[in-house]
Amino acid sequence: MTTFRKGGVHPEENKLAKDCKIEIMPLTKKAVVFVSQHIGAPATCVVQKDDKVKVGTLLSKAEAFICANVHSPYSGTVTKVDVATDFNGFKKPAIYIDVEGDEWEDGIDTSEAIVKEIKLDSKQIIDRMKDRGIVGLGGAAFPTNVKYMIPEGKKAEFLLINGVECEPYLTSDNRIMIENTEEIFIGIEIMKKALNMNNAIIGIEKNKPEAIRIMTEMSKNYSGTKVVPLEMKYPQGAEKQLINALTGREVPSGKLPIEVGCVVDNVATALAIYYAVQKNRPLIDNVLTFTGKSVTNQKNLLVRVGTPLQEIIDYCGGLPSDTGKLISGGPMMGKAIMDTSAPTVKTTSSILVMSEKEAKRNPQTACIRCGKCVSACPMGLEPLLLATLCEQKRWEEAEKECVMDCIECGCCLFTCPANRPLLDLIRVGKNQVGAIRRARSQK
Amino acid sequence: MALLTVSGSPHVHSTMTTQKIMWGVVIALLPAFLVAIYFFGIPALMVTLVSVASCMFFEWLIGKYLLKTPNTVTDGSAVITGMLLAFNLPSSVPLWMVIIGALVAMGVGKMTFGGLGKNPFNPALVGRVFMFLSFPTAVALSEWPMPNPLFASSVTDALTGSTTLSLIAHGGELPPISDLLLGATGGSFGEISAIAILLGGIYMLCRKIITWHIPVAFLGSALIFAGILWLIDPTQFVNPLYHLLAGGMMLGAVFMATDMVTSPVTHKGQLIFGAGCGILTIIFRCFGPMPEGVSFAILIMNAVTPLINKFVKTDKFGYKK
Ligand code: SF4
Ligand code: SF4
Repeated sequence: MTTFRKGGVHPEENKLAKDCKIEIMPLTKKAVVFVSQHIGAPATCVVQKDDKVKVGTLLSKAEAFICANVHSPYSGTVTKVDVATDFNGFKKPAIYIDVEGDEWEDGIDTSEAIVKEIKLDSKQIIDRMKDRGIVGLGGAAFPTNVKYMIPEGKKAEFLLINGVECEPYLTSDNRIMIENTEEIFIGIEIMKKALNMNNAIIGIEKNKPEAIRIMTEMSKNYSGTKVVPLEMKYPQGAEKQLINALTGREVPSGKLPIEVGCVVDNVATALAIYYAVQKNRPLIDNVLTFTGKSVTNQKNLLVRVGTPLQEIIDYCGGLPSDTGKLISGGPMMGKAIMDTSAPTVKTTSSILVMSEKEAKRNPQTACIRCGKCVSACPMGLEPLLLATLCEQKRWEEAEKECVMDCIECGCCLFTCPANRPLLDLIRVGKNQVGAIRRARSQK
Repeated sequence: MALLTVSGSPHVHSTMTTQKIMWGVVIALLPAFLVAIYFFGIPALMVTLVSVASCMFFEWLIGKYLLKTPNTVTDGSAVITGMLLAFNLPSSVPLWMVIIGALVAMGVGKMTFGGLGKNPFNPALVGRVFMFLSFPTAVALSEWPMPNPLFASSVTDALTGSTTLSLIAHGGELPPISDLLLGATGGSFGEISAIAILLGGIYMLCRKIITWHIPVAFLGSALIFAGILWLIDPTQFVNPLYHLLAGGMMLGAVFMATDMVTSPVTHKGQLIFGAGCGILTIIFRCFGPMPEGVSFAILIMNAVTPLINKFVKTDKFGYKK
C-alpha cells in the first residue's frame, strides 16, 4: 500500500463529523478581517473608515512578490481600521466591517451552475489566482500564484493534489471532495493548464472510502487525473511526505517541492481556484469543521472569513461545560486558541474542542531511551538528541543534527512514553538556529 | 467556562507510557516465571520474591535519602530488574546473597547514575556479574539443581546435575533439544524454558514494547557464528542449536539486551548491538575459560552503546545522494 518511506504515527482518527453535510453559517453582523492572511510580505490596506464595501471589494492589496490580496467577504461599512487579536493572542492590523445585506461586486458569478470550459490561458490563470487572493489552504497560506511560476531551469513533472486529511478529527476536505467533486476536478484542470501539464494525482487516505469512491468515479471523466488511495499514516498530508508517498521522490533538505519536479496543492485550494477562475470569485469563505469528543453538534460549516469565533461557537450550541482547550486546526499540528473573540481567516479549517481532561498532558518521566521518537520521526531525525541539545543550549550541535529539517509534525512528542516535551524544546532550538543563520548570512 | 489551556502542539498523545512499558515487560516475564515455579517449586518463588522486594526497597531507599528524587518505585523498572536478577540464579542460592546482589544491581548498577534512564549498564547484569564473581560457589555452580516438577510422582530431593553449557564446555551427553525448549533442564531457573521466554518476547513485540531488531540480530549472529564453527569442526564444537537454547542466550536476547535504556536508539544501531552480543557470547563460550558468556557480552555491548549512538545515525529524509 502506498505511503511515505519513514516514520509516522497513527493517532486515533476520530473523524466524528465525516458524515455531516456542509451547512452555510449565517452572516455575522460585525466582521473583523485581517489585512494580511498569508505567509510573506504584509499586504497594504486600501480602505478607510466609512468606506462602503461589497462582497468582493478589495480590502488589502498585495504589493510585494510573495503577498496576497484580501477581499471583503461582506457588504457594509468599514467602521475602523485598527488592530485585532488573532486566535493566538497576537495583535494584527484588521478591518472592522458593519455588515449590511449581502451585495456582491459586479462580475462575480454567484450562481450554482458548474462552468466547465476554461477560457483563460496559463498566464491569465496565474494572474487571476493572484488577483483573487488565493493562498494554499493546506495550512501554510502560501500565495498560490507564486507556486505556479516555475523558476528558470526547473520543470513541473508531477501535479499532486492533497486530499489526505491525515490530521485526526478534521473532515472539511472529506466533505468538499464528496459535495464539490466536479468543481475540484475542474479546479485541477485549471491547475494543469496553468502548468502546461496533462496529468495530476490525487492522494486520499483510506479512511475516507466515500470520498475515494466518488472522486474515483469522477476521475473517469477527466483523463490524466487519477486518485491514489493511501495507507493511513500521519503526517501523510505534509508536503514532503505526500510527494514521497505518491512519487517516491525526496525533496532535498531546505528545498522546495519544485526541486524534484512537484507542485502540491490541497483539494480546498483546487476548489478555491475553480471559483476564482471560472466564477471570478475571490477567496472569502471556507469550510471548517466544528468538532470534538464532547461536542453534541458536530458540524461542517461554510463560513465567511472574518467571522468571530464566538459566533461560530454559539451557532453550534455553545461549548460543553468541561471544555479545557480549543484548537484551530487538527490535534497534531493545530494551535491552541487563546481568544474566542478573534475572527476566522482564510485557512481556518477547524475548531476542535477538548475537555479539560484531554487538554492536560500526562506527567513526565525520565527519558528511557526507547528510541520510539526516532522511529516515529518522518524526517529521520533523533528527537531525543535534539531535545537534549536544545535544552542545554548547544545550538551549533543541534544545527548539525539537522534541527532545521524538523517539520513540527509532533510525531515524536505524540509517541514518547516518557512524555518529554520534545517538540517544545526543538521549537526553541529552531528559533535560535534560525537567528544564528540569519546573523551569519548578514556578515 | 474555565480558562482555556494554551500549549504547543501536538494536543493528543499515544496511550503508551513509561509505566505501561515497564509493567508490560513484567507481564512478559511471567511465563518464564511460571515455568520456573513448576520445575523448581517454592525455592524459585522465594528467590524471585526476595529479589524483587529488595530491588524495590533499595530503589526507594536510595532515591529518598541519597538522591532525593521523586519516588519511582511504582514505575515497574525495579520489578523487572528484580525478576531478571533472580532468573539468572540457581534456585538453591541463599537468600541473603540475593539481597546483596539486589543492592549492587540497584545501588551500583542504576542509582549511582541517577536512576531510571541514566544507567549505562543493565542493572540486573551488574548484579549478576557481581554475584558470579563474589559467590562463585553458590552462584556459578557446575552442579545445578535439576528440575523437579511440582507434580511429579516420585519426589527426589536435591537432585543435581550439570547444566547443558557445562556439558558443552566439558563434554558429556547433551540432553535432547526438546528439554531445552520446555525447560526440563538444569540451570538458572528463569533461563530454562526457551518457549516461555519466546512467548514473553512475542507479547512484547505485539505490544510494541520492543522491536525485533536486537533479539533477531543477537540470536541470528550467534546461530551463524556457532554454525560456521560447527561446520569447520563438528567434533570440537556443538550443534549451534544448543548454543541458542542453552544457558542465558534466550533470556539475554529477549529480555536483557532489549533493555531500552542500555541499548542503541536507532534500528541500525540495534542490529549492530545485537550482532555484537551474539558473536561475543559465542566467543566467550567456545574460547573462554567459562561455559557461559551472555552477561559479559551484553555488558560489553552496553559499554559500546554510547559510541554506537554517536556514530550510527539514522538516514535522514532529504539527504539522498
Ligand atoms: S520516545 Fe521519549 S523516552 Fe523514548 S527515547 Fe524518545 S525521548 Fe526518550
Ligand atoms: S523532530 Fe520534528 S519532524 Fe521529527 S517527529 Fe518531532 S516534530 Fe516531527
